[in-house]
Amino acid sequence: MNLNATLFAQLVVFFILAWFTMKFVWPPIMKALDERASKIADGLAAADKAKTDLQLAERRATDELRKARETSNELRAGAERQGAQVLDEARAEAARIVAAARTAAEGEAGVAAQRAKEALRDQVALLAVAGAERILRKEIDAAKHADLLNQLKAEL
Amino acid sequence: MAAEHAPTASEYIVHHLSFLTSAKQTSLVDWSVFHIDTLFYSTILGLLGVFVMARLAARATSGVPGRFQAAVEIIIEMVADQAKGIVHSPESRKFVAPLALTVFVWIFLMNAMDLVPVDLLPMAGAAVGIDYMRVVATADLNATLGMSLGVLLLCIYYSIKIKGFGGWMHELFTTPFGAHPLLWPVNFSMQMIEYVAKTVSHGMRLFGNMYAGELIFMLIALMGAAWAGTLGSGLLWIGHIIAGTIWAIFHILIITLQAFIFMMLTLVYIGQAHESH
Repeated sequence: MNLNATLFAQLVVFFILAWFTMKFVWPPIMKALDERASKIADGLAAADKAKTDLQLAERRATDELRKARETSNELRAGAERQGAQVLDEARAEAARIVAAARTAAEGEAGVAAQRAKEALRDQVALLAVAGAERILRKEIDAAKHADLLNQLKAEL
Repeated sequence: MAAEHAPTASEYIVHHLSFLTSAKQTSLVDWSVFHIDTLFYSTILGLLGVFVMARLAARATSGVPGRFQAAVEIIIEMVADQAKGIVHSPESRKFVAPLALTVFVWIFLMNAMDLVPVDLLPMAGAAVGIDYMRVVATADLNATLGMSLGVLLLCIYYSIKIKGFGGWMHELFTTPFGAHPLLWPVNFSMQMIEYVAKTVSHGMRLFGNMYAGELIFMLIALMGAAWAGTLGSGLLWIGHIIAGTIWAIFHILIITLQAFIFMMLTLVYIGQAHESH
């Protein structure tokens, strides 16, 4: 328990060591600590931002999906409507064609019947004339009785 | 140590409590004498502590720290937090916080010399002709009072720096009792007593703890040294192992705690110097 000059030497060493620590130990380590703290803060902020971005992207994707579904539904409805319309038109067209064909066929049939009738008339007239000829022989002059025959033909 | 005969218990203790001095000290206070062993160990350990930390600081990364860097960072953050809580001037903290770190690490290392087997280094010294050696620098009153005196100087420095010389003088004469001129001497003597008590108790506390711890290690070592082949001495030898183990484990707490207490008081005293009463 003696007091001596060791005390003052220790005092000086004390200040030298403290100065050295202040100069070379404390600042770099504190700087590293602060930098790491800010890095961590940045990382956390980035993670938060990524989370919000993800949420936004998800919401946008859902929107897009819904929109696409709506559009496709619309398209399908339109296509169906159009298809039905085309079908109706085709049906109407077909009906029209059938009707026209029927009319044409009926007309043709009428004409043919008329022609057949006329041919038949001619034939009947000829037959009548031939018959009359045979019956009357010489008494009937074909030229003389042409008027009479034509009249008869018209009456048939 | 006399090699011819085994020393008696009291010779052993006295020898182990003797410093390696630059000259024979006869009076209680002699400013011409040095304790070479105290200076050697305190300086070596102080340099070791700060150089290891400085090397680490030079390649400290703000990325993922290694284990050693993380360990040092834990200590530094602990010191920085304490300093921030106690010393409220950021300008002063630039010096005071590193100072507190130095104090903690340095005192911890000096205290930790207590855990080195009590005879190991003195016997190694004796082998090369150094007869006396005390390895625990903080068990030397000169070392602890030297440091607490340093803290006192810093208290005075910061008192003057923060409050101005006039402000400090005003405080010395008007607190704690009041500004009446009749109270000036009372105030002043109270302040002086406070400064002396702070400084002496600051140094004495560390010294007392480490001195007592060292002494107990020596007493435990005496038990082992009693080995003489008899049953009783054999039991003492076993007692040395048991007691030495227990005391060393307990001392791990003591050396850390005392280093921490010294650091905290350093901060508190310097923090007080910043506050106006």
